[in-house]
Amino acid sequence: MRTALGKVRGLGSAKSGVHHWWAQRLTAIALLPLMVWFVASMVSLVGADHRTVVEWIANPLTSALLVALVLAVFYHLRLGLQVVIEDYLHGGTRMVLLVFVNFASILLGLMAIIAVLKIAFGS
Amino acid sequence: MAEFSLPQNSKVQKGKTFNAPEGAKNVRKFHVYRWNEDDGKNPQMDTYEVDMDDCGPMVLDALIKIKNEIDPTLTFRRSCREGVCGSCAMNIDGTNTLACTKACDEVSSNEVAINPLPHMGVVKDLVVDMSHFYAQYASIEPWMKTKTPTPSGKERLQSREDREKLDGLYECILCACCSTSCPSYWWNSDKYLGPAMLLQSYRWLIDSRDEFTGERLDELQDPFRLYRCHTILNCTSACPKGLNPGEAIGEIKKMMLEREI
Repeated sequence: MRTALGKVRGLGSAKSGVHHWWAQRLTAIALLPLMVWFVASMVSLVGADHRTVVEWIANPLTSALLVALVLAVFYHLRLGLQVVIEDYLHGGTRMVLLVFVNFASILLGLMAIIAVLKIAFGS
Repeated sequence: MAEFSLPQNSKVQKGKTFNAPEGAKNVRKFHVYRWNEDDGKNPQMDTYEVDMDDCGPMVLDALIKIKNEIDPTLTFRRSCREGVCGSCAMNIDGTNTLACTKACDEVSSNEVAINPLPHMGVVKDLVVDMSHFYAQYASIEPWMKTKTPTPSGKERLQSREDREKLDGLYECILCACCSTSCPSYWWNSDKYLGPAMLLQSYRWLIDSRDEFTGERLDELQDPFRLYRCHTILNCTSACPKGLNPGEAIGEIKKMMLEREI
């Protein structure tokens, strides 16, 4: 029995969204050079032995860039998947998947960062 | 879940065929979506063969000829027949456009498929329910809002340059071709305002005489109302008036950022 305008006005504006939009673009900009650097490095390391690769990762500049890459990748992933889920899923499934994506991206990101740090700090 | 297939009662079936009159040399086939609430049947595509030597050039001319001379039960909206009212918006040959400004010859094949605007509730045949769309228009409060009282006996002044900013916006006739071509609008039109309303919003955001720009931005800043736009740009390719809703939305997003950083 709700009026058409009542339905449209709904719960009102969330008054948020700029941050999400801006963060998605910032991470995308950061990922452009980071990804090019990462892929180029991987290509140049083809055929290298284990010690060379570990030494490469342990270099402070490399470790820092790798951690930055991981942060940007998983933050961007989380923001992007959130939009896909909101686009295509409604109701309970949306909520369950949003929680899952948040947890999964944080966990995977942490694992990758710890792996880099372990090598960086030489254990 | 977004629906990628039609529900059972919306599956379109083959309908009747109305053959061209004998001796017609220049025949074109129009496949038209037919549905009404009363007969309890699924929608069907009826085929009308029209003698184009005895018909105007536009798709709307053919529809009017069909209704007048072949099948008076065919239902569609039309009014101005010159692209200023927006009533005859429909999906012709797979594209949302106005039947009155779409020439039959623009359709690549000799057969013209005509459907109602996509993802809208159908009232009858090519007539769709626009009430939600119009409520969304009302929700953006499309009128000038000011704190300064109206100057007595004078108009509100605007420089030539500021007036030019409204070009490409004020021409929107709210035909809904853009919004109903937008996948984001299909899946989330309950909350997403869609390209037509966002272009209309921008028309007021950029108006130098309006003093409620901030409040208007507050109302739009929402993950769904504005940010469901993913720059797909179907809106811009669909607009029968040649406007650019995609660009207007981009400008709103820039305004949003401008006041944050």
